[in-house]
Amino acid sequence: MAQLNMVQAINQALGDEMARDDRVMLLGEDIGKDGGVFRVTEGLQERFGSERVLDTPLSESAIMGAAIGMAAYGLRPVPEIQFMGFTYSAFEQLFAHAARLRSRSRGRYSCPMVVRTPYGGGIKAPELHEESTEAMFCHIPGLKVVVPSGPYAAKGLLLAALRDPDPVLFLEPTRLYRLLREEVPEGDYVLELGRARVARSGAAVTVIAWGSMLERVLKSVEEYDADVIDLLTLSPFDIETVLGSVKKTGRAVIVHEAVKSCGVGAEIAATIAEEAMLHLRAPILRVTAPDVPVPLAKLMDHYLPTAERIRAALDEVLQY
Amino acid sequence: MSEEILATFEVRRLTVLNENGDTDETLMPELTDAEIWRMYELMVLARSFDERAVALQREGRLGTYPPIRGQEAAQVGSAFALSWADWVFPSFREMGAHLTLGYPIPQLLQYWSGDERAQKVPPHLNIFPFCVAVGSQIPHAVGAALAARYRRDPAAVVVYFGDGATSKGDFHEAMNMAGVYGLPVLFICQNNQWAISVPLKGQTASASLAQKAIAYGFQGVQVDGNDIFAVYRATQQALAKARSGSGPTFIECLTYRMADHTTADDAGRYRSPEEVALWNGRDPILRLERFLAARGSWSEDKGREVRSQATGIIDKGVGEMEAMPPPEVAELFDGTLATLTPRQAGQRKVR
Repeated sequence: MAQLNMVQAINQALGDEMARDDRVMLLGEDIGKDGGVFRVTEGLQERFGSERVLDTPLSESAIMGAAIGMAAYGLRPVPEIQFMGFTYSAFEQLFAHAARLRSRSRGRYSCPMVVRTPYGGGIKAPELHEESTEAMFCHIPGLKVVVPSGPYAAKGLLLAALRDPDPVLFLEPTRLYRLLREEVPEGDYVLELGRARVARSGAAVTVIAWGSMLERVLKSVEEYDADVIDLLTLSPFDIETVLGSVKKTGRAVIVHEAVKSCGVGAEIAATIAEEAMLHLRAPILRVTAPDVPVPLAKLMDHYLPTAERIRAALDEVLQY
Repeated sequence: MSEEILATFEVRRLTVLNENGDTDETLMPELTDAEIWRMYELMVLARSFDERAVALQREGRLGTYPPIRGQEAAQVGSAFALSWADWVFPSFREMGAHLTLGYPIPQLLQYWSGDERAQKVPPHLNIFPFCVAVGSQIPHAVGAALAARYRRDPAAVVVYFGDGATSKGDFHEAMNMAGVYGLPVLFICQNNQWAISVPLKGQTASASLAQKAIAYGFQGVQVDGNDIFAVYRATQQALAKARSGSGPTFIECLTYRMADHTTADDAGRYRSPEEVALWNGRDPILRLERFLAARGSWSEDKGREVRSQATGIIDKGVGEMEAMPPPEVAELFDGTLATLTPRQAGQRKVR
């Protein structure tokens, strides 16, 4: 098995699926000749032609809107939005159309497409290049939201997303693109959407994280008896796995890099409170960014959850 | 150093049938008498549908409804040129196009009664659901055209929108993209000169909407939107162009919204009765009647007959719409996703 980073794993998944299914088409800014600003689509236009790997004008709403028309026509478009901070101008298309088309047309039309976008902080990029506003998208019925935490998960989840009959937002943690290498099987495998992964087993406390925070959590909990859940799909999230773990440990800490208020952590905490209140031995804690806009590089260490803050939360629930 | 003219352009306006019912024979599209009569019947049917829908709303039997009165030539004339293989992306004020394409009348009324099952478009029609968010359907047409071209299908794609939509970003993004790729799309703008209370001059400083196409690298034409022959001719030409791979066309149908924006609006608050009276005189149906009368194929009696036939068709449609059983609560959930999420499945069970 080859050791791949996440960029290579995603590239492989896209290439394999395009070879397998001629309905899969990529469209986005700079994804063809340039291979994408992170080189995720490198070589794909050369291999599949400029009709299937479409360099578009700088036009996020039309990229998303055109993908909806393509999907309704029977294709499986994969629009890339260059950075998550640029999805906002395409938000209406996602919210008002992609996520509702199957329901509004009572199944006459559907919108099988995977919106890929780089996501998250810590890469010293300009403004709006390090967003983590996943909660806004999890609030949309009809849209699935997926975040891989490494190369292996990225390939398996992307292949599952590409075969899903409904729209999927695939958030690629930029900090992880080239940070980790993992063994990634060359062949076909899918990781079912909506299923979390137990990244590490423990009995004293449940820690729930996703994307680039998973790596930080795993480093932070080495000395703790922690059950670490890698959520992988944020919407719909794997309630069963979360509750199973919390019922075992009686303590829950949720770590995410997005701001605290109305974040995905709030949804998870509310679900735990509704379904497993009597199993809890301590309050549910959230380690998150503060409720401020994503800063530029110089203040980023004060924004993203750090190992110290994660450990402080673990100590607090364990000593409660 | 030099200063040179980089581009000059002209904007054409097409009229075939004038207000007196006279035609320019050199511009008259090829249509049989039977086809022209069918156009007339469809315009009357659209008017009849519209009047009934407004009346049903007033009686509390339909919800808020956006009248099409005055726009029958723009809608029937353009849709009449289409084939079933073509894809149509409507806004919410093209019921005349729906009727022309054979959308079931009970189902059209059902939508405005507040029943979303109406949006399950019959399988033989490639029409998209109504689009209420102004202009946001325009990029969908670009995507469908990309898909059609990729599949080597001979289909053309038509997207309808109003003058207000031309101020939206999606109009610009979609027109631009269609121009860049040279796609088989017809952008049909029904310029009814009012976007709720904002008149055209409050929407754009442009002398015409048609000329906006020039900046995107393709042809734009203004047609007299109350002249069904001009609308048909422009649509047919644009379709032929699209099908031959010669790219998109923008057609501005200059017409007039003779009624309120919707049944919840009162246009008397913002426009003059004189203006409305002027356009009442330019009624597209009257114009075609004058044409037909001059040819000896229309009379008051024949007009009455066509209207009564249309009323009968609408009566039947209303009866069928009102006989539909109300939607089941499960309708709230089913179709949200191909497979409901565990949480949705649980919520569905206890509703």
